Amino acid sequence: MTDSKTIDKQKLQATALRVREHIVRMATDGGCFAGASLSAADLILYLYSEWLNVSKDNLDDLDRDYLFLSKGHDVPALYGTFAELGLMDKERLKNHLSIDDNIYWHPNTKIPGIEFHSGSLGHLPSVAIGVAMDIKIRGGKNRVVCILGDGELNEGTCWEAMLVANAYKLDNLIFVVDRNQFQANMPTEELIPLEPLHDKFTAFGAAVKRIDGHDFDALHEAFSAYPFEPGKVNVVIADTVRGKGLPSIERRADRWFCNFSAPEIESLLKELHGEDTTQLTSETLVVR
Amino acid sequence: MTYEELLTSEALADERFIVMTAENRALVRNIYAHLGDRFIDTGITEQTMIGAAAGLALRGRIPVVHALASFLTMRAFEFVRTDAGIPNLPVKLSSFIPGFLSDGNGPTHQAIEDISLMRGIPNMTVFAPADEDDLLKMLPEIWKYPAPCYVRINTRKTGYVHAPFEWGKAEIIAEGTDVTILTYGLLFEQTLEAVKILKDEGLAVGLVNMRSLKPVDEQAILRAAESNLLVTVEDHFLTGGLYTIVAETLLKYQTTARVLPFALKEKWFKPSLLPNVLEHEGFTAKQIAEKILGYTTNAVQSKIAAQEFSE
Repeated sequence: MTDSKTIDKQKLQATALRVREHIVRMATDGGCFAGASLSAADLILYLYSEWLNVSKDNLDDLDRDYLFLSKGHDVPALYGTFAELGLMDKERLKNHLSIDDNIYWHPNTKIPGIEFHSGSLGHLPSVAIGVAMDIKIRGGKNRVVCILGDGELNEGTCWEAMLVANAYKLDNLIFVVDRNQFQANMPTEELIPLEPLHDKFTAFGAAVKRIDGHDFDALHEAFSAYPFEPGKVNVVIADTVRGKGLPSIERRADRWFCNFSAPEIESLLKELHGEDTTQLTSETLVVR
Repeated sequence: MTYEELLTSEALADERFIVMTAENRALVRNIYAHLGDRFIDTGITEQTMIGAAAGLALRGRIPVVHALASFLTMRAFEFVRTDAGIPNLPVKLSSFIPGFLSDGNGPTHQAIEDISLMRGIPNMTVFAPADEDDLLKMLPEIWKYPAPCYVRINTRKTGYVHAPFEWGKAEIIAEGTDVTILTYGLLFEQTLEAVKILKDEGLAVGLVNMRSLKPVDEQAILRAAESNLLVTVEDHFLTGGLYTIVAETLLKYQTTARVLPFALKEKWFKPSLLPNVLEHEGFTAKQIAEKILGYTTNAVQSKIAAQEFSE
């Protein structure tokens, strides 16, 4: 958690590739929200490997840092990160959607390291506020990160939470928006436009940074500047690409939830390494 | 002792307590002076308050949250169910002006489905005190219970001295073979007086203050079902409240009873001051007694105390 240290970018990129492999392997036999997971993978990996004071040994400590996945669909990126960082057994990922385990489409606390369940959008900003408030009351130095989807910002409770976080000057709280430009079926700007997003958060009293959410140097620079301004809620708008790493599904409205065939998975794993492109024939979502 | 004095003293004795409100300060107006940063007013944000309460409970706190009953149970329903109910966190819901207590506010403020909604949440417990004495007797146990709890706050004074609170137990006020009345909340006062009228008419009448609606005292219901007539009296929709609890219980034990329910049937009540509301909707002691008897009496209804306005 030493913010001033340098990062090993090549190592992070290599690990991120393995996290993406885990995500792709979960996108079959029932599937998962692969597009939303691939966009959030780099920032989730960065936070757990470089910034958060969270380890296997401190998961019950009151002075650990907290990360809440509010958008929830990105949980395969979290499972992959946990597997790569030793918080979770890699073999366990094979239990995705098994009735005998608890690895399913949304986060849940049966997985050690997951702080709270999500799935209903716009809930975890307020839960994160409660944790940040308690840390303030106790005079703690720990930090609370809450990852939001950009589509999730349609929910009024996100903005209600911004008002309250601002009122209580929760500068130990960081909202990270995975700005992948898509909500479930549509580009955000075509359905419910969010821009100018930076200005919106600034108007709500937050200290805002907007960065490339796939650039580990940019992530490191932004989070090293924590707290952005004393007394202000921190917001990082991470510009990302839905489906990042798989050109055949990148920025595609119809590849939100993905359930690929076994041959497609093999091809997509090669595509991750730039070795192949994939002719996808599995069913896509209907887009209006 | 008032609600606020009890909460202040419990919170001062136990650092885990956090008092929260969504800008409904009627019950906790002076508590900030005692608790400082353990008093949190989130403004008019019932949903955010409940989510934040869940976050505080994750950190080992016992949040006691305050809002008007209709907004706490309906606007914030999904937050209560999802953020307190699913993880079984000890979030304590103090629900203000439930049922008829919203008197002159109008249907937006009428929480007359709150018991139905709250008891439908796994892990949630539900309590409806008859008056301030009953409320203050149950709260210490409710606040120390390690799960979410919903309390239909009722600070009216009736002068009745209640038996000590027992978790999941009803309070048997009187027993009788002709009629047994089951009730909860502010209508306790009216049923107490109705029992006197019925006794004067020669009936053997039982009265039960249900107070703990989930867990519910099934044995008290089954005993009441042995009377010739079982009467339920509640300021709640007919669906989902005490009448439904009685029906579920009788079915569970494969028995039945002759039941006369007093409840709001597919309608909101006419807004006015509380004494007028009770009279208009047919929930005064005299009206209850006469409906049970099937004829009018010469009984004189005692004056019903009005509510004080609170935001």
